[in-house]
Parts: sequence; C-alpha cells; structure tokens
Amino acid sequence: MVTLAVNGRTVTVTVTADTPLLWLLRDHLQLTGTKFGCGAGLCGACTVLVNGTAVRACSVPVSSLTNAEVFTIEGLAGQGDPVAARVIAAWIAEQVPQCGYCAPGMIIATVALLRRIPHPNDDDIDALITNLCRCGTYPRIRKAIHRAAAAAP
Amino acid sequence: MPPLITLSRRAVLKGSGALILGVHLPFLPVSPAVAGSTPVTVNAWLRISPDAVTVIVARSEMGQGVFTALPMLVAEELDVDWQTVRAEMAPLDAAYANPVLGGMRTGGSTSLSGGFLPLRQAGAAARLMLMAAAAQVWRVPVTDLTTAAGVVGHAASDRRASYGALAPLARRQPVPTDPPLRSPSTWTLIGRSPPRLDTPAKVTGQATFGLDVRVPDLLYAAVRHCPILGGTLAKTDTTALKAKTPTGYRPGVIAVVPLGNAVAVVAESWWQARTALAEVTVSWNEGAHGELASTTLDPTLTKALDATDPRTIAVAASRGDIDLAMAGAARVVDSVYRLPFLAHAALEPMNATASVTATGCALWLPTQDQEQYAKILPPLLGLKPDQITVHTTFLGGSFGRRLESDFGVQAALLSKAVSRPVQVIWSREEDIRHDVYRPASVSRVTVGLDAADRVVAWRHRVVAPSILARVDPAAVRNGVDSTAVAGIDDQPYALPALHLDHVRRDTGVPVGFWRSNGHSNNAFSMESMIDEVAAALDRDPYQLRRTLLADAPRALHVLDLAAGGANWSEPLAPVGDGRRGRGIALHQAFGSVVAAVAEVTVFTDGRLRVDRVVAAVDCGVAVHPDLVRGQIEGGILFGLSAALTGKITVDKGRVVQSNFHDVRVLTLAEAPAVEVHLVPSREPPGGVGEAGTPPIAPALTNAIFSATGRRLRSLPVADHDLKTG
Repeated sequence: MVTLAVNGRTVTVTVTADTPLLWLLRDHLQLTGTKFGCGAGLCGACTVLVNGTAVRACSVPVSSLTNAEVFTIEGLAGQGDPVAARVIAAWIAEQVPQCGYCAPGMIIATVALLRRIPHPNDDDIDALITNLCRCGTYPRIRKAIHRAAAAAP
Repeated sequence: MPPLITLSRRAVLKGSGALILGVHLPFLPVSPAVAGSTPVTVNAWLRISPDAVTVIVARSEMGQGVFTALPMLVAEELDVDWQTVRAEMAPLDAAYANPVLGGMRTGGSTSLSGGFLPLRQAGAAARLMLMAAAAQVWRVPVTDLTTAAGVVGHAASDRRASYGALAPLARRQPVPTDPPLRSPSTWTLIGRSPPRLDTPAKVTGQATFGLDVRVPDLLYAAVRHCPILGGTLAKTDTTALKAKTPTGYRPGVIAVVPLGNAVAVVAESWWQARTALAEVTVSWNEGAHGELASTTLDPTLTKALDATDPRTIAVAASRGDIDLAMAGAARVVDSVYRLPFLAHAALEPMNATASVTATGCALWLPTQDQEQYAKILPPLLGLKPDQITVHTTFLGGSFGRRLESDFGVQAALLSKAVSRPVQVIWSREEDIRHDVYRPASVSRVTVGLDAADRVVAWRHRVVAPSILARVDPAAVRNGVDSTAVAGIDDQPYALPALHLDHVRRDTGVPVGFWRSNGHSNNAFSMESMIDEVAAALDRDPYQLRRTLLADAPRALHVLDLAAGGANWSEPLAPVGDGRRGRGIALHQAFGSVVAAVAEVTVFTDGRLRVDRVVAAVDCGVAVHPDLVRGQIEGGILFGLSAALTGKITVDKGRVVQSNFHDVRVLTLAEAPAVEVHLVPSREPPGGVGEAGTPPIAPALTNAIFSATGRRLRSLPVADHDLKTG
C-alpha cells in the first residue's frame, strides 16, 4: 500500500512495492497520458514530475514514493500550470507532434527544463532533453522549447 | 470508462463504394428549421450535426497527418468553416477500402493519392445534396442557390439554412454521380496548412493510443516469445506462480496461456503479468534456426552475388543491350553495397485489446491493416467475418510494423482463453526481438562509361530476402519480389542500357515492410554509385546528376532546388579540427521526387556531426504543405537514424539487440536542422510519408566521402572508424 499525491490529490493504492510508478498511474489510476515506451528509463515517454523533478516513471518503484507529489500530463495540462501552458501552446504553435506518443513525456521534460533554466540555449536543450522521438520531430521540438521560453513573462 | 475520443463509432452503412447513404435516420423533419440535434450521416465520409461536420477517416493516423489532410479534401468541396470540422476513425467496412492497396489498410504512402479524388467527390456530392434539399424546401431552382461556410443561401429571397438543419433532408436526395469539382484556383483549404486536428489531444495526454484503451472488466497480458527465431513453445512450468486462490495462481494472476510461439500471463495489471511471466519456466522447440548467426549470414548473402544458375536469378528489368553496352564500355566502375536488417522500434510497443464472446470479437488496436482481421480471426475464434469489429486507435509510430497481425491475433486468443477483455502489451525487448525486420541486402552495381565519359550501361543485382513471399506470395512475379528491387529501374536518370535482377536469399530472419521498403536499400546503392562514377570521372556529383537528368525536368528541378538551398557551390566554412563535406542524393518513389543535401563535419577523433540537411520535394499538389514538410523532415531523420547507428544482428538464432541502449536511435542533440523546399505543383499528389527516407543515407555517406575521401559502402556509419590516419 502506498500513499502519494497525484495531480494534487492524495491517493492510496494497494500494489506491490516493486510496482513502477508508471503502472500505478496507468493501470490503477487510469492516467494513461503517461506512456510506456521502453521500461528501462531510456526513452522518456513515461516522464512525470516527482517533487518537481522530471523522472522516468517506468523506473521508479512506488515504494520510494511515500508522500511524494507527482504530476502527470493530465494534471499539468488540466490545472493551468503556467509553464506547462506555455510549453503546450508552443507545441501547438510549432505543430510538433506527428504520432504524438512522445509528446506528454517531452512536454514534461521541457517543463522541468524551463523551471530550472528559463531561457535555455541549444546546449542546455541538448544536455537536458534526452527523450526519444521516432518520428523525427526534433527540429520542431527545439523550436517549440525556444518559443515557450520566449513566451515567459 | 473514459471516453475513447476519436475512436470509431460504428457508422451504420450499407453496400459499398464511396457514397453510401446512412440508414439510421431517427426522424425526417418536415422543415429544415425544425431539424433535431442528432448528427446525420450524409454519406460514408460525412456526418453533419448542427455545430460540427465530422469527416470519417479511413486511413490509420500514425503521425503522417491523415486525420487532417483527408478531412481537408472533403471540406474543400463541401464548403464549410474548417473550425467546425472534426475527424473520426472509420470502422472496418468495405466502404473504406484503400483504392490503391485494396482492403481497409494504410501503407505505401497511398492515403492522399488514393483519397484525392473520391474524398473531394464525396464532399462535392454532399454539398449538391444539401443544396437539393434546400431547393426542395424553398421550392426554388437549385441553380439559384449558393453555399458558404456551411450555409446554403438563396439570395433572391434572402433565405439561409445551415448544413446541420438541411442534413436530414439532404441524405434522402439522389446521390449525384461524378459531381463537378472546384477548380484549383478557387481552393481555399488545399494548399494551406491549418493546424492538425489531432494535436490538442496529443499534447494534453488525451489522445487514445492502443495501450490507452480501457474497457470494462479489462485484464492485461505480458507475452514472451520463443527467443529463437521461428521456434515454438514446448513446455511451461508455472510452479513459482501457484497459490491457494480461485485461479490457482498468486493474487492478481488470472491465467498462463500458451500461444504457439509464445507464452502469455494474463493478470489484473500489466506489472503483475510481467513479473509473473518472468517466473514462468519455459522450454522451447528451437526449430530450424538455432544456429543462425550474422557472422555466417552476411557471407552467404555476399556469395549469392556470384550466382550463375538462372533458376536462382530473377530478372526484374532489362532494357537496351546490356552485354553489348558493357562490352563496348571504355571503363567500368563496380562496387558492392551492404545494408543490415533494421528494426522498426516505434515508440509505442506492439499491443492490442480484444473482447471475444460467443457472438463476436471486438478489437481496439493501433493497426495499419484492419482488413486482415476479418480473414484471420474467424477460423481461430469460430466466428463469422461480420462478427469481427475493429476500432482503430491512434498509432504511436508504426513505419510498417503495424501492418502485421501478430499482436492483434494474440489479444483475441487471450480474450477467448479467459473469457474477458484482454490488453496484450509487448515489452520493448519483445518488440525489438520479434519484429519483422527491414531486409538486409547486398547489391553489386556495375556501370559502364563510354569514351566520352557517358553512362552507357547500368547493371544492378540485389541479393535480399523476400517480404512478399511471406505476406503476398501471388505478388511474386517470375521470382521477382518487386519490393526488393524497388526504385532502381524507374529512376529519372538517363541510363540507356539497364539490367536489374534479384537473387532471393531468405535467411530465417523474418522480414517486413519498413518505411519506404526496398527504396531505402536501393537508393543507397544507386546514389552511392552515382557519386562513385562522379569521383571516377573527377566530376562534381551534383553536376553529374544534372547531366543524367537532362531529360527529366521534374527531377532536375528538385535536384537544383536542394543544391541551391544548400549553396552547393559555396565552400563550407572550416571548423576547428573537423573536415567538412556535402553530399547529395535524389530518389523518386511513391509518386514524389526528393533530393537531399547533407552537410557533415568529421573530426580527427572520428566523431561525425551532421550539421544540416537541405531537402527539396516535388510531391504534386501539397494538400497541406506543413504536413509535407513534417513528413520529409521526419522521413529524413528516421533514415538518418538508421544510417548512423541502425542494425539488427543475430547470434545463436536470437536477435542480439533488445532495447534503446543497443538499438541506438537519433537523439535531439544529434538531430540536424532540416530545411525542406517544396516545388509548387498542380499535379495529383504523390506520397510523402516514405519519400524522405531513401535519399538521406547516400547523401550522408556521399558527404562523408566529400569530407574525408572515404567511401562507405556499408551501413551503419557507426560500424566504420572515421579517425584520421
């Protein structure tokens, strides 16, 4: 049994301690915006915020998350987070997604980047956005990150 | 259950063909003014409600933009406000067959070319029916009516009625045959780039991909295939899972199900299924390929280059007198090119959801081929074809992989086994190791040049396994798998004598369609050879291509546009200890021509950086230019990823690679900027989903040659040491 806050709501779920956060979100809380891509922390499709830090939910066991504060794409998009709103708007303006499967993880990784470095240069982006996109939308992702940064008040 | 947005709502259709009238109209208002709010199915492609026009999309959305571009075709002729247009995935139905491929399937970059005429006709016919309805109600000649933004108007009497109000009556009007289409000069949507209709859902986590499907009572399954290619399940030992529970297994675990070449655990959650599966002890029948290894496969393919037995050589194309031309050549350039097997590695792993009962099977899945399930599943499930329903979700990438039926069939068998809905999800390791791979190939290209340095003879042999022999044996004609030799004899270059043959060597490694199929192999050998000829003649490779394209204005224009965009004639600025180079390549496929110029820096320590790619495309009418740019950008980066690092190898019958640590794919930091130039055109649209991929690998290796003088004749580039000295 684990108690944690997801998108601002306290939830208690009965799962085995080794269950990764990803599967708690997807199979127990029905928050399917967080995607499964590799199960090994390599692709970033499952990126969520845990206590404000971008983490790969497939590789974080729930046992390490007691009382943690988790935000998924549903929470960030739906609750008016200002940085997330700018990132999502930039993703739309640059028409980034093709298949769209990497988008939630990419957007959350970008939110974490912009909270840390509000005006990242290309080297910052290269170093900190390591999520994978198989459709090859990287040039647009880069533009969208700069656009979101420029939109900050 | 959360709403399955954009999933197919089974429209009630009758008959087949592009214009099928709906038959489930709840009521017919006496006057359009009293029309209810119930959406009206006007034809197979269109449902109209008071505030929205829903276009039914019959091709799978895997990123290429069909959810936007296909509705644009209907909306252009229907004359509606784009803001009111919605897209909805079609159910499996004969009405939605692909006019190019046959059956309801998506592939071969045919969605736009196949839909360009019928979808505009559907929109035009619906508009005429809406006008006919207004004419009937108002008792005025239809010729006095006009339309604008979803409203029919009669200027003389100043009357107006919305499409939503007219729809119930419109669907009862005779269906116009061959309705006139708008002249391209009056297009208001085609040629513009409205925002994609699927973006808002995709950036908020609301889009439903295959593994986001949730249906009541759903169970989850993890699957483990026989690690040896072609092997089967022999025996399972589930002792580790036993417990005193109603199922006989530990809590959460519902069943352990054998699947022929695999075993699955079905459980209450996927993590439970996966962890339990890891504790099942399995023994396998290795089958014929237990000793299969790349170290012996590669030489086998190479040896087949020297095949002389005519029964093993299938001639795909022959024009001119190749022997005479070659015999008379003043000099000959000859090279062998080797390409590896490649995985698709779509970001969404293979998965499917099925609910099988005594009376039907419902599938929810990301698939490129809905049609096949109505053929494959009935005998397996004891059902009739019309008892199979297919709901297509968004596809989290596909690149050809989801043309296969394996994951969908598994879901159906598992649901049948446990009598509950089941979602099967492959781990990434299963996805990589049980793919159908882009065929490896070895090609020899021999080019004869006359005394005036003209190309007079082109001999091309492709040694490769056959995809069609497995998926469509009847399509193998005279021993030739057309997909293995695609994109050689039909290129726009002037090659007076050409001889192309295919030596088929099936290897035991399963092969399938991978973005652009054989074009990705053959553009590499062909465009590398043209560069080698240029080097042999000491000519600029761009100028040599110009000479060979002198009688092919369309391709020449594309080539010039790419070269011009990259400032081909300007030297590249030097960078520290890096040697810089540009490479160019051109390829014609899927009704489009794409040229790419790659700019690279090769550092003294061997590191390679791709600085920029400039591409040009002539795809006929660019229905949505920004989607075209996106597909060319994406196709180029997909091909670049493969060219730099992509390969699948086998050892002891097993695929060696397993996840993104050893299936290295392009990262954001490695991705160059891609500039895409479009040729304005009014020709019918060609495909763009695949056309960007073939030219990039040779453009890259041609650039490396330009920078270093080293000619790479095999991929991936990562297998070569580019260190100086």
